[in-house]
Amino acid sequence: MKKLLVYLKDYKKETVCAPLFKMLEAMFELFVPFVVADIIDYGIGESNAGFVLRQGLLLIVLGLVGLVCSITAQYFAAKAAVGFSTKLKHALFDHIQSLSFTEIDTLGTSTLMTRMTSDVNQVQNGVNMVLRLFLRSPFIVFGAMIMAFFIDAREALIFVVTIPILAVVVFGIMLVTMPMYKKVQSGLDAVLGATRENLTGARVIRAFHKEEEEIESFVGKTETLANLQLLVGRISALTNPVTYIVINVATVVLLYTGAVRVNEAVISQGQVVALVNYMSQILVELIKLANLIILITKALACANRIESVFEVESSMEWEEQNPAGKSAVKAGRNDAAAEREPAVEFDHVHLTYKGAAAESLCDINMKIKRGETVGVIGGTGSGKSSLVHMIPRFYDATKGTVRVDGRDVRNYGMEELRLKIGMVLQKAVLFRGTIRENLLWGNGAATDEELWEALEAAQAKEFVESKEGGLDAPVAQEGRNLSGGQRQRLTIARALVAKPEILILDDSASALDYATDAALRKALRALPWEATVFIVSQRTSSIMHADQIIVLEDGEAAGYGTHEELLADCEVYQEIYYSQYPRTSGIQ
Amino acid sequence: MGQKETFIKVLRYIRKYWLYLAASVIMASVTVALTLYFPILTGRVIDLVVKPRQVDFSGVLRILKQMVIVALFTGAAQWIMNVCNNKMTYRIVQDIRNEAFCRIEILPLKYIDGHSYGEVVSRVIADVDQFADGLLMGFTQFFTGVVTILGTLGFMLSINVAVTGVVVLVTPLSFFVAGFIAKKTFTMFHLQSETRGEQTALIEEMVGNQKVVQAFSHEDEALAQFDEINGRLGDCSLRAIFFSSITNPSTRFVNNLVYAGVAVAGALFAIRRGISVGQLSCFLSYANQYTKPFNEISGVVTELQNALACAARIFALIEEEPQVPEKENAAVLTDVEGRVELSHVDFSYVPDRKLITDFNLAVQPGQRVAIVGPTGCGKTTVINLLMRFYDVDRGNICVDGADIREVTRKSLRENYGMVLQETWLRSGTIRENIVMGRPDATEEEVIAAAKASHAHSFIKRLSKGYDTVIGEDGGSLSQGQKQLLCITRVMLCLPPMLILDEATSSIDTRTEIRIQKAFATMMQGRTSFIVAHRLSTIREADVILVMKDGNIIEQGNHETLLAKNGFYAKLYESQFAS
Repeated sequence: MKKLLVYLKDYKKETVCAPLFKMLEAMFELFVPFVVADIIDYGIGESNAGFVLRQGLLLIVLGLVGLVCSITAQYFAAKAAVGFSTKLKHALFDHIQSLSFTEIDTLGTSTLMTRMTSDVNQVQNGVNMVLRLFLRSPFIVFGAMIMAFFIDAREALIFVVTIPILAVVVFGIMLVTMPMYKKVQSGLDAVLGATRENLTGARVIRAFHKEEEEIESFVGKTETLANLQLLVGRISALTNPVTYIVINVATVVLLYTGAVRVNEAVISQGQVVALVNYMSQILVELIKLANLIILITKALACANRIESVFEVESSMEWEEQNPAGKSAVKAGRNDAAAEREPAVEFDHVHLTYKGAAAESLCDINMKIKRGETVGVIGGTGSGKSSLVHMIPRFYDATKGTVRVDGRDVRNYGMEELRLKIGMVLQKAVLFRGTIRENLLWGNGAATDEELWEALEAAQAKEFVESKEGGLDAPVAQEGRNLSGGQRQRLTIARALVAKPEILILDDSASALDYATDAALRKALRALPWEATVFIVSQRTSSIMHADQIIVLEDGEAAGYGTHEELLADCEVYQEIYYSQYPRTSGIQ
Repeated sequence: MGQKETFIKVLRYIRKYWLYLAASVIMASVTVALTLYFPILTGRVIDLVVKPRQVDFSGVLRILKQMVIVALFTGAAQWIMNVCNNKMTYRIVQDIRNEAFCRIEILPLKYIDGHSYGEVVSRVIADVDQFADGLLMGFTQFFTGVVTILGTLGFMLSINVAVTGVVVLVTPLSFFVAGFIAKKTFTMFHLQSETRGEQTALIEEMVGNQKVVQAFSHEDEALAQFDEINGRLGDCSLRAIFFSSITNPSTRFVNNLVYAGVAVAGALFAIRRGISVGQLSCFLSYANQYTKPFNEISGVVTELQNALACAARIFALIEEEPQVPEKENAAVLTDVEGRVELSHVDFSYVPDRKLITDFNLAVQPGQRVAIVGPTGCGKTTVINLLMRFYDVDRGNICVDGADIREVTRKSLRENYGMVLQETWLRSGTIRENIVMGRPDATEEEVIAAAKASHAHSFIKRLSKGYDTVIGEDGGSLSQGQKQLLCITRVMLCLPPMLILDEATSSIDTRTEIRIQKAFATMMQGRTSFIVAHRLSTIREADVILVMKDGNIIEQGNHETLLAKNGFYAKLYESQFAS
């Protein structure tokens, strides 16, 4: 939590004022029993109706002042809490965007989303409540005690004894039950899990006629849950009765010693009433405090989770942006020296993902000349995606070097490198907005003409034209209103808009039929600028015409070469090829 | 379902626990009465403690003793009430959940397919909890609230009518204030939740697809977009939170007004000896807590309505019509040869959209039947019918000459081994998942099955091998690995008939060919039904059914169908021409 507090820095005034005004309000509340005592002792005792009315007015004024203080405090608390969470969210979002793929993989995007949404909200709520209540409740509890001292030190001692006893009861029960509630929650999770499992697996469960056993196991789970709930319920059900008894026994003692003190003429009747009132104020605030503490523990847990995201640093360091390099990329030119180097080079590259036991890529070597088309093929999990992900430096090689234009990718500035490369990921993701907005991701300055050119090359022109609004047709979140094939073609077009020197298609034509796929490949060969193209696929038909093919198996290169060469001497390639084009088949 | 009807059904569940209910009601009344009696005793003591050297100590002690006893009894009654309520609540929740779950197990698949899982789960979990909290806790709050109000009124009236009048007149103000603020803040909260939704959507997009954002160096634009929404959210959150937080101070202020009114009126009466100081102190303590049950009750009413709505949703699930029960004299299929006949079968999911009409098919034992066709042509439907996940509308399906509606579901399904496109694994160990169909299988049998399905090599590499725990729905396994496990599961049982519905769709073609070989051995002498998208996987079938729009349009083996140069030939060509 400590590190998150910096986001409260701009709200120093609010953070101090909110509790302060709450304290003022509490103070006015503490005056009330005093006023009532006066009404009894002087108003009734001396039959002074005017005094009673004046004191009554004073009570209303106290209430009114309290109201103003309280509302002021609520305003400051709300302002600080909301301001805090706004700044926190901004920082968190910025931080997440700075993480490299390795960290995103380890943390998981769904975790990151929870941190950004519900966790931040819980923390905001926690800050708000702390500012409002954390000073108020203790202030009333101890204030009541101090006021009692003003009346009579001996009576006040009863407060001194009662408050710790109450605190022990309330917080003791809370401490005992809190871990139990966690168990209840996991019991409920088990019931929930079983219910969902039986819905998603209805066919399999019925196919294996497991219904009876499932019911039996479910009944066991609900029984466990109910027993846990009853146990914790019995304990937490003690809070109210026990505190009630403690407070009232304390009141009885208070009344007795009060009687003695009145008899000795140390205090008045009205003051005894005031003491009884103070006693009853304590209980309400202690319970509020206990609830507040539960809320704070939750908020703190959330805060710690958020903090742990902040603690994750990007494992990748980027060179400072080289402004000249960037403009060179934008202009689509390279210096003459780079011109002679291979566009992409893998030099004994190994890759082990963080936390993985085995290498995902092992000793990959290849040189790709400018303008060549490279096919990458292999089974599921053979390392195809890993290989192409190393070019835009989504992951760093654990051993060896990846070079683009002869330069180690680790010596590039981030934008400088990424702007050279057009990446079409396996999962075709579009963003809410219009088709145009999505395409402009590739190059914000592209003209409509350029957009249409890209769409045409990506075989998407036709369907975009047929959409109402054309380029301005709406795209739903994740592109849900488009078919898989349409999404894939739009993501390809998006990459083409940037006119990248290196274009990578990571299995991104899988939803296209064979004819469209072929047309796409033809269009890519005819791009009006010189582009080095990587095509990752499971289909041999997609890559067989490439200038170079790399065949991967279990992260190792099982073969390099052209289609004909590989078909002649690469066993893995042959197997893949003949699984798709059976030898016996007459059609080719 | 009307609220009244729902309520009557709720009572049925409560009836089992009527003793607890009765105890709870009695203890609640006792608690309230004693709680209200306590300030009166306090007042009496105060009246005995008026002036120095005139205190009646024997009287004081007598009342104080009573007070201690009252306090102890109140505490005990309160605890018993709480425990009874808990018992009733949690047991009823348990009963309802068990009943709902039993119903889920016998609901027709039509229901399960037609409802989102999340919705059904939320009925069993969230709705039941809300119902229990709202109805049972709400009921006790409502009950004690009403008793408290009535009791307080009674006690107050018995002391002094005029001062009571002050309390009764001023209290409603707090309702108006609370209601007014609630109405004002509603629109603000609405705007807040809308903006929050907008922000969540953006977070989902940008954080969820962070890799794309980074690949396009789009971070700055995304942050700017985020900040714009974040700023707006900050503004409307501040307003919503602030205005709603006015409620408490305001009602407290009204409460203070009541308090001041009672103090003044009471004191004036006391001057004229209308009431004693002790009675005034009693009034003051009543005034302090009188508004509380009012505020609670107004909340309870909406909560009760909400709880009834939840209950109605749960009952709708529990009362959903189950699948057709088995005939009493349903036969048990034994020693199945594997002869399957479908004759004149009509079927549709929705009555007015015919899907399968007059479907006829006779499969000899040991034959391999492949079903192909474009998406949505009814391939999977045939399997739903074979397994009797759905019943035919007309015609019949026979296994070894017995109508499948005349035999037990258990024995019918036992004789099928099924691998579906949608892999389903449960949370548990790999072994538990594999032995699902045969819990008594030995270690050797499990490993042999896993080897046959090419799953052994990846299982071996997992951290704990066959004892590796996988999370819900396969957790960290890849789609292909999950599919291999599902195949292993069937390999272990080896029933006389097999159903493979796109069983290898997520496996790369090379592994697929290996598994096909394993399948081929497995299918030896077994009737099998294969649905496949990739035509390469079904070329060796004895009969290929080509389906379109619910009808079989072509039938034959690979060669004859190709020679026919019809729909199948076209399908085949579209997949293999490059």
